[in-house]
Amino acid sequence: MLKYIIRRLLHMIPVILIISIVIFGIVKMAPGDPVGTNLDPKATAEQRAAERARLGLDKPLPVQYWNWLTRSVKGDFGDSYIYKKPVSDVVPNFIWNTFLLNVVDFILAFLISIPIGIICAVKQYSKTDNFWTVFSIIGISMPSFFFGLLLIYIFSVKLNAFPINGMVTPGKNATGWAHIKDVMHHIFLPALVLVIGSMASLVRYTRTSMLEVINQDYIRTARSKGLSEKVVIYKHAFRNALIPIMTIIGFWIPGLFSGAVILETTFVWPGIGNVMMDAISARDYNLIMALNMFFALLTLLGNLLADIGYALVDPRIKVE
Amino acid sequence: MTEKNIKNKTENKAPNKSNGLDSKEIKEEEQVILTPWKLVLRKFKKNKVAVAGMIIFSIMVFLALFAPILTPYDPYTMDFSQVNQPPSKAHLMGTDELGRDYLTRILYGGRVSMQVGLFAVIIEIIIGALVGGLAGYYGGWVDNLLMRIVEIFMAFPFLPIAITISAVIGPEVAPEKRMYIMMFIIGLLSWGGLARMIRGQILSLREQEFIQAAKALGIRDSRIIWKHLIPNTLGYIIVSATLGMAGAIMSEAGLSFLGLGVTPPVPTWGNLVQNARDIYVLKNRVWLWLPPGVAIFFAVMSINLFGDGLRDAIDPKSK
Repeated sequence: MLKYIIRRLLHMIPVILIISIVIFGIVKMAPGDPVGTNLDPKATAEQRAAERARLGLDKPLPVQYWNWLTRSVKGDFGDSYIYKKPVSDVVPNFIWNTFLLNVVDFILAFLISIPIGIICAVKQYSKTDNFWTVFSIIGISMPSFFFGLLLIYIFSVKLNAFPINGMVTPGKNATGWAHIKDVMHHIFLPALVLVIGSMASLVRYTRTSMLEVINQDYIRTARSKGLSEKVVIYKHAFRNALIPIMTIIGFWIPGLFSGAVILETTFVWPGIGNVMMDAISARDYNLIMALNMFFALLTLLGNLLADIGYALVDPRIKVE
Repeated sequence: MTEKNIKNKTENKAPNKSNGLDSKEIKEEEQVILTPWKLVLRKFKKNKVAVAGMIIFSIMVFLALFAPILTPYDPYTMDFSQVNQPPSKAHLMGTDELGRDYLTRILYGGRVSMQVGLFAVIIEIIIGALVGGLAGYYGGWVDNLLMRIVEIFMAFPFLPIAITISAVIGPEVAPEKRMYIMMFIIGLLSWGGLARMIRGQILSLREQEFIQAAKALGIRDSRIIWKHLIPNTLGYIIVSATLGMAGAIMSEAGLSFLGLGVTPPVPTWGNLVQNARDIYVLKNRVWLWLPPGVAIFFAVMSINLFGDGLRDAIDPKSK
């Protein structure tokens, strides 16, 4: 197993290199002179040239790429133009806000969806099942930003029950328990959008994988030897239905750190997705490149964890 | 089980294609045996929800297609005497801050959104089928190389890369042309999954007798791929195209909502909802953001229902 993981990690290196070339290439295609953005507009041509040389922009592209790559590997992603400090100092400030929102989503979505999915599979075509099928279709088809706006309109504007956006009440500077309460108050609506969206696909997924297992012969055997329905479902069937669910969990874990750009923008949640949007609108290229690399790494890690999770729970899968 | 169906398909299709000798027999046969596609149609028709989805989607396509006939207004003509009007008889969905008729904007917006969805999916299918077909058929180093490329494309985090590309090349592109950029960005970033699926299908198909027969007859590789292998994966391609279109419409809406997709004055559902990012509009001018949002929701939902129904009808595993 360890050998397999190491091999997979080594396998990731060329993929990451190519992705980094693509991202670097895209950003370098950007119009405009990157020097102009953080210099005084009155700067002389000489000052500009000096700035170019300082940033290494006077060198040919492959050299620039190499410099960027070697610095990045060491953890130096350059300075962020909007935050006026190193990129590696900016990201940790926001990542935990994203993590908080996603962890709430992750825990609630799995806790609620898996039992519901099982019930739907056991009572296929019952009223409960039909209700959740409709729920899933609506949840999957609802764009997160529109759903968010609807909730803001109903709960914040009309009922005045929740704050419109943000993570804390501005100027309140609460600490301790009051701070936690304030954050919980703010997190409710964005978390609701996320949880309903995740539940829509998870309920469906659990139901499908459970149905596949329930129709197998060994379940019939278990029933015919007189086991109670509870034991059959939760001990015999659910274990095997868990296999595909494990892959989703593996895939999901790194995703906890990657922000949902659209949702965070809708609710002005100060997470990494929001930073991404700020970086894009301010053309903060160092930050854009670093964030893209970060998101790509998380995706690759997700694929790896999904495969490992799969191999761990299913003894039929052999890792060679 | 899926292989069985494919086999059935080819077995049923084969007599139709053979030359005139036993055409009489075929006619008799056809009265009893339904072709696989007829079976699919029959199964699909029974699925009321899927049919409803198809009808809703057809109505939306119709409304978008005939927008110039259906509305007397032009989506770009401003009328400063009619600014920010709530819905009335003259303007069924009110007007926006430039006095443009909002229903007209939504209808034309649907045109753009659905076109982006459609062409993004076409790009996705062409690349996906080509890469998946080649990888599955040739195997060996071709397969290895192509699958590595797929892996790279699938590791691109969709939204961040899409907004980066859009922000980098966006400013130089006129708003009317941005919809074409969107089609390419969405299409180019989303073919990976389809390529993988087609490759898997073809790997199992190519070991079957009819392909070996085709090879023995000395038929060109390209012909075997396009005429024998791809048609057998057509059911899956159609299903993922339908569901892919729902996804593409959703992606375009999201990007346009962020201001990085299709930009005003060209209307799309996504950038019409963007109005609501102004809290004042969100509070007081509901007609400016609710209808386009509902339109996205209905379009995506009807396509999803239609696609699910198609999958159930085509996939022999489902009953």
